[in-house]
Amino acid sequence: MTTSVVKVNDLSKTYGAGDTAVYALKKISLEIQQGDFVAIMGASGSGKSTLMNILGCLDAPTAGNYWIRNLDVADLDEEQLAVVRSQLIGFVFQSFNLIPRTSALRNVELPMAYQGVSRADRRRRASEALAAVGLADRMEHQPHELSGGQQQRVAIARALVTEPAMVLADEPTGALDTASTREILELLHELNRKGTTVVVITHEEEVARAARRVIRLRDGEIIEDRTWAA
Amino acid sequence: MGSLGLREIWRFAWRGISSNRMRSSLTILGVLIGVSSVIILTAVGNGSAAAVRQQIEKLGTNSITVMGMGGGGGGGFSRTRSSTAKGLTIADTTALNNKDNAPHIKQAAPILNATMTCTYGNISATPGSAKGTWPSYFEAANSPVDKGGYWTNDDVAQKRGVAVIGTTLAKNLFDTDSPIDKVIRCAGQNVTVVGVMKSKGTTGFQDSDDVIIMPITFVQRAIAGYGNISQIQVESIDAKSTQLAMDEVTAIMNSQHKIKSTATADYRVLNQSTILQSSTDSSKTLTVLLAAIAAISLLVGGIGITNIMLVSVTERTREIGILKAIGAPKAAILTQFLIEAMMLSLLGGISGVLLGLGISHFSILGVVPVVSLSSVLTAFIVSALVGLVFGGWPANRAASLRPIEALRYE
Repeated sequence: MTTSVVKVNDLSKTYGAGDTAVYALKKISLEIQQGDFVAIMGASGSGKSTLMNILGCLDAPTAGNYWIRNLDVADLDEEQLAVVRSQLIGFVFQSFNLIPRTSALRNVELPMAYQGVSRADRRRRASEALAAVGLADRMEHQPHELSGGQQQRVAIARALVTEPAMVLADEPTGALDTASTREILELLHELNRKGTTVVVITHEEEVARAARRVIRLRDGEIIEDRTWAA
Repeated sequence: MGSLGLREIWRFAWRGISSNRMRSSLTILGVLIGVSSVIILTAVGNGSAAAVRQQIEKLGTNSITVMGMGGGGGGGFSRTRSSTAKGLTIADTTALNNKDNAPHIKQAAPILNATMTCTYGNISATPGSAKGTWPSYFEAANSPVDKGGYWTNDDVAQKRGVAVIGTTLAKNLFDTDSPIDKVIRCAGQNVTVVGVMKSKGTTGFQDSDDVIIMPITFVQRAIAGYGNISQIQVESIDAKSTQLAMDEVTAIMNSQHKIKSTATADYRVLNQSTILQSSTDSSKTLTVLLAAIAAISLLVGGIGITNIMLVSVTERTREIGILKAIGAPKAAILTQFLIEAMMLSLLGGISGVLLGLGISHFSILGVVPVVSLSSVLTAFIVSALVGLVFGGWPANRAASLRPIEALRYE
């Protein structure tokens, strides 16, 4: 039996109001199980980024319900949302979003600092996470001293180091060459094999093929939801 | 939750400050100028107050002056104020010297002011003050002789032409020569200089050293005649008894002049502490004024911090979005930006204190500044608070940014 990490019911997001209102998401319902590897696909403007921001508790829906680990997100205040982002979600962005002028090690340590992990533990776990993504020899490098692929690997290490319930990756390979893309996908795969739920937002078929389940969006609606047998 | 180590917070703040060194330095400079001017200007205010106080103390804290309102002036008779006013007399002085009635008065000496020109050879000088008095004046007025000696009661009795002069007059007449035992001519009479008084410096507009002091009988015989005297110089037995001595002076003078209420008194009793009080008040006003000007510059420095922190927050909007996405609570971001603002203001505060202390070592516009610990502490604490207060608004703006908007910010 599987437990659901994410459950979404009749979720809508509109920008503007009245006649000029634009629907980014139209009454979307879906459930993501613990340990799944899901790709959310769609062309630009399909609403996939909006969905990812809502799933990551960075943005609030206009209507509908969203439960993460059975917590109704609508009931949470700002402080509690910060805790949810800190404990349950790991982000990987297209543009890496590392903190500039800060070493790879410190970047990976940072999310644990907000959890109150002790300094020594932080250092140890960050080193392990960086070693796991193959950057054991780059720990003291600053983001501008690393290639795009390496930066994204630091970002993945930062996302997985808190052992979140779900890693949300928004176009993680969008800014990378083919070789780096393959490396990053492999890393996400490995992460998933160890039991982490991975949700990837992408418009690349190659990335979607790595997933076990593909959800396609068009104009804010789910047009396809397929699961391949493992 | 949000229990960032101090080291992380300092590191974040330092990264913010060092990412734009020029801008941070200029901000720090604003606070530096504010803090150092608070310290320097209050030190100058205190210094000038101390200088005035010292001057007045040199004149003697236990000396009391009785001034006539009817007579006096140039020493002759004067009926300008009131025809019933009785001028001060030698008899008044004698009464004040009566120990039975006035236990707190050590001694009283009459003073007869005159105007005269003195010549030595072909050099001529008109001293700012020429006084006839008794030998006890020198102690009562706190005017000791530095070179030579004093003339005596015998000189008073014999109406001899002898004088003790001040350093300015000595320099005017004799330049660098010793004036002792030299004979000068004053108001057509031969006068032998027996001593030179210790320098007192300048008080206000008057040079206290441009003086000549002679036996009162000589001044009466040579110039002023045997009428009323100008003042009586009284000395209390010690500084604490000055007020008691003043009361005794008033009582004796009232009985001498048959005065029933102070409203009709034809004399005034003055003490240096009265003058000291009023000059202290005016220098306090000066200090407050200077401190207010300095406080304004500190305020301007604080606005500089607000400005730079707003820029800093705007520049790092995206970074704030990232921090929020990886779980930073509002309080953590607020703290980080507040510490950064406080670090700017504290750096300015510390360097301002150092600069202020440094500059206060030099004399400014002829005033030797006296740094007060309280002004240093106040300036320093205020500079820290400036960071909190003026950095608070930008920090709160940073912490209140919605994560999605912060992340989308380009």
